[in-house]
Amino acid sequence: MKCFINRINVFQLYCKHTNKILVAILWMWIAFIFCSHKPFVILATTTSVYDSGLLDELIPIFEKEYGITVKTLAVGSGKALALGRHGEVDIILSHAPDEEEVFMKKGYGSRRFFLMKNQYYIVGPACDPAQIQHLVSILDAFRAIAQRRAVFISRGDNSGTHIQERRIWKTIGIVPDGESWYHETGLGMGETLSIASEKDAYTLTDRATWLVLKKRLSLEVLWKHSEFAIVYSLIEVNSNRFSQINAKGAALFTEFLLSQRAQCIIATYGKDTFGEALFAPVIALTCK
Amino acid sequence: MIMDFIADGIRKAYALAISFDRDVYEVVFVTLWVTFASTVVSAIIGIIFATIVSLNEFPGKTFVVSLVNTGMGLPPVLVGLFTTLLLWRGGVFGEFNILYTPLAIIIAQVFIATPMVCGISLSALQQVPKNFRLQIRALGASRIQMIITLYRQARIPLLAAIMAGYGSVISEVGAALMVGGNIKGSTRVLTTAIVMESSRGNFERAIAFGIILLVLSFAVNLILSRLQQKGH
Repeated sequence: MKCFINRINVFQLYCKHTNKILVAILWMWIAFIFCSHKPFVILATTTSVYDSGLLDELIPIFEKEYGITVKTLAVGSGKALALGRHGEVDIILSHAPDEEEVFMKKGYGSRRFFLMKNQYYIVGPACDPAQIQHLVSILDAFRAIAQRRAVFISRGDNSGTHIQERRIWKTIGIVPDGESWYHETGLGMGETLSIASEKDAYTLTDRATWLVLKKRLSLEVLWKHSEFAIVYSLIEVNSNRFSQINAKGAALFTEFLLSQRAQCIIATYGKDTFGEALFAPVIALTCK
Repeated sequence: MIMDFIADGIRKAYALAISFDRDVYEVVFVTLWVTFASTVVSAIIGIIFATIVSLNEFPGKTFVVSLVNTGMGLPPVLVGLFTTLLLWRGGVFGEFNILYTPLAIIIAQVFIATPMVCGISLSALQQVPKNFRLQIRALGASRIQMIITLYRQARIPLLAAIMAGYGSVISEVGAALMVGGNIKGSTRVLTTAIVMESSRGNFERAIAFGIILLVLSFAVNLILSRLQQKGH
């Protein structure tokens, strides 16, 4: 009898806490949803590729065929490599060749492939106050901008484009920091182009972002040279260094991006919307 | 020019809303779900904490209250930074793989909204005269009953506290972007989508998302306001 009463007590106790138990179950369910281990790879990409929308074409195909989710983080090349150095991402898409080589040399990355090409342009107001239009060398163009004190907008965000720009200033021996004509935005390429457009200023841009945004900008391409290319590399982060890296997923993603199919998508992407392809594949292709 | 943009935005928002475009609905759904969860959690924590602080006298109470009031102005990006440091793979909670999931946004937003809810609830509960509490107790109410009566009494400002918490999470972008990563279909909420679309130069789409955000915010506040104004 005593035991029976005890049981009733237990039952009452149970009823009294039903709400709490339900809430606990709800939370466990939520936790389950979020922590259930669907395979995924984290990709840190440069903003220029992200903003072009190319990855929105490629990733759904990969996810469908391989059953692996890709989490894309749009950051500059500098930050992408920094995330890789901490093992926070599985795979990196960047364009900062020297930094990438250091990254590989120090053993943060396991494999590195060239994925595709883009190009640098200097854009500026149509009247071209620094007269760079007919200059052949990009060094001369930068020198002219500095000499005429024409307003120049820098990315200032440690992205691949920013690193390239800093390298040019360094090569010609000019320190633009603190000059009244030199401004840093610390923002992505799109925002920087908009600011340059509003301020009638020069800026160094990649061709893909320029083509995507040019119809909204009152800027012109004032300097270009096909030799001055941007090469995007794909780097798999070294899984021997960081235990949580999804090396297999990263390798499959690389395999997919270097496949004929993905490279053909890259070769044609943007032709319909922007009149010309935004990126060029690195390997010779025969696409349908 | 600006008017054209906004008119285009409204047209596009309408078109997007009726197009049943999957991407748009994903963003709206994630936003609703994430803000709902973080509002509920911060409302519970905030109001309980406010109750404990307002009903008890203890040394350093003024200090705690001013701490909470400072928290009401906590910059979302700072919360985002700390949450990122805690959650990333090398961080304290790294092994749970929470960073860049909706749960990460919820955690960060709870840190943002809880002080908001707590601060307003605190002043709401403290506004109820102390004699009122004593009177209820004298009438034989238990402590729990007294607290429930207190909540009824302070219903209007308490709901205002929840609305303020909701407002701060749905409009917040810094933390959501940092800990969520604006990942399509998973952590892309309306505010981060607006940032992305405007940096991609799709201003009509950005404005359309903005209008959807305002409508959502208005709808939820309408529901809460009806609850608040009931019987008034």
